[in-house]
Amino acid sequence: METRLESRVRQARVILNSNYAAAYAVRDADVDVISAYPITPQTGVVEKLSEMIAEGELDAEMIHVESEHSALSAIVGASAVGARVFTATSSQGLEYMHEVLHIASGMRLPLVMAIATRAISAPISIWNDYTDLMNVRDTSWITFVASTAQEVYDSIIEAYMVSEDPRILLPSIVAYDGFWMSHTYEPLYIPEDRESVSKMLPRRPRYTLDPDNPITMGSIVNPDWYYEIKYQQVEAMKEAYSVIREADAKIEENLGRVYKPVESYLAEDSEILVLTYGGIYGTLQTAVDLLRSEGLRVGALRLRLWRPFPARDLKTLVEDAKTLIVVDRAISYGASIEGPVALETIAALYREGLYPAIASFIAGIGGRPVSEDDFRGMVKKALELGERALKIGSIHWGVRGVEYE
Amino acid sequence: MSWRELPIGGIIIEAGNSVKRKTGDWRVLRPVIDQERCVRCYICWMYCPDGVIEIRDTPYRTKAGRIWNITFEIDYNYCKGCGICAQECPVKAIELVEEVK
Repeated sequence: METRLESRVRQARVILNSNYAAAYAVRDADVDVISAYPITPQTGVVEKLSEMIAEGELDAEMIHVESEHSALSAIVGASAVGARVFTATSSQGLEYMHEVLHIASGMRLPLVMAIATRAISAPISIWNDYTDLMNVRDTSWITFVASTAQEVYDSIIEAYMVSEDPRILLPSIVAYDGFWMSHTYEPLYIPEDRESVSKMLPRRPRYTLDPDNPITMGSIVNPDWYYEIKYQQVEAMKEAYSVIREADAKIEENLGRVYKPVESYLAEDSEILVLTYGGIYGTLQTAVDLLRSEGLRVGALRLRLWRPFPARDLKTLVEDAKTLIVVDRAISYGASIEGPVALETIAALYREGLYPAIASFIAGIGGRPVSEDDFRGMVKKALELGERALKIGSIHWGVRGVEYE
Repeated sequence: MSWRELPIGGIIIEAGNSVKRKTGDWRVLRPVIDQERCVRCYICWMYCPDGVIEIRDTPYRTKAGRIWNITFEIDYNYCKGCGICAQECPVKAIELVEEVK
């Protein structure tokens, strides 16, 4: 992400954690209905929104529900009657929402949800990893993964632009690291005048439930038409890519910040590229600097857009590299490559006709910190293993008692 | 029609168009009302989950000479043959007949 200080919209510098950044974006997007069921580490988002409503700062309905299943169902209903809606969750809460995730996307409702990612029980862990997010990969939600509080703010605005676009009408997730981002404060810029954000998000017509013009949503469909209806989602998700790029351009034009589906750092002349996602990108950039001072031509990539997967952007960035290291913070048990983003990356590059040496690493599970030294170690291990790295499958970094020779 | 022309997400934009969807061919057992035995108690009409028991203003004269002002008839276009009417009928006036033997 690049920031230009001069932008069309006047902005104030504030200090927020990513949870609060999400809440401010929701406020500025002038959301009508919010449902909330508290779960760590997301709680701060709906807590702040609740405060904003109580203070009269935001005119929205806050629905307190008895579970995450109901939280998502409540905003499915609200969105079906035409409201702009929001909720947030983490981990078990996202798991509990699972069937409704498919219902929301299948009904083509433009919900927006923030996810402060967190490990999954059992054993119980409130700490960060991305297994929760990766588990909802196939639910047809557009998925952004932010790496700074600034990006959380901007991505939520962008998510409404894309989800509500009549060409798309799919729900969106904006994910970020639980605790590492949800509870750490960073400086960011937010518009001084909220009207400037609502101008970026005009209310657009779509099918809604209206007693004067009755329609049926979410009805039963027999085998003769079900596939065609699901295929509409396939096409909408593909089309979402270009609509996201249009939204990136609007964010740049109005707020002066430049986003790309895959961000890069010193990638142009790199022989070795390290791809990751979320808040550890900053740490990775520092590790790249350290490795470069040791004489290694290393660069960093960050996946900002998970669904739709930006295969071509990745291809362009990886084209000249010899080695690609993918660092996941989630496990797909029993997969040929257990890192979900590594698995997807290999498929994407194969599709694009690119075959660099790839190493898949898994780190940071259950909130274990990933330091600059970890990244340095991973790069060195990948170089040491060479072609053998991928034969291993995924390399589980830092697990006691596990060694790769 | 292709996926392009279908309303988004399979939304049904025409209210009440389920009348066009005749579901009677799902039926395996056909309920048949014996007008002689029927006491016009409305219980089948009340229990039918599909609302296919219709009340007709057609008078009926039994062999014993009793005259009923109404007749209950089943709309076989939509009756799915669940058999609830036959189960609930207090005078066993509804018989379930196999559609295909």
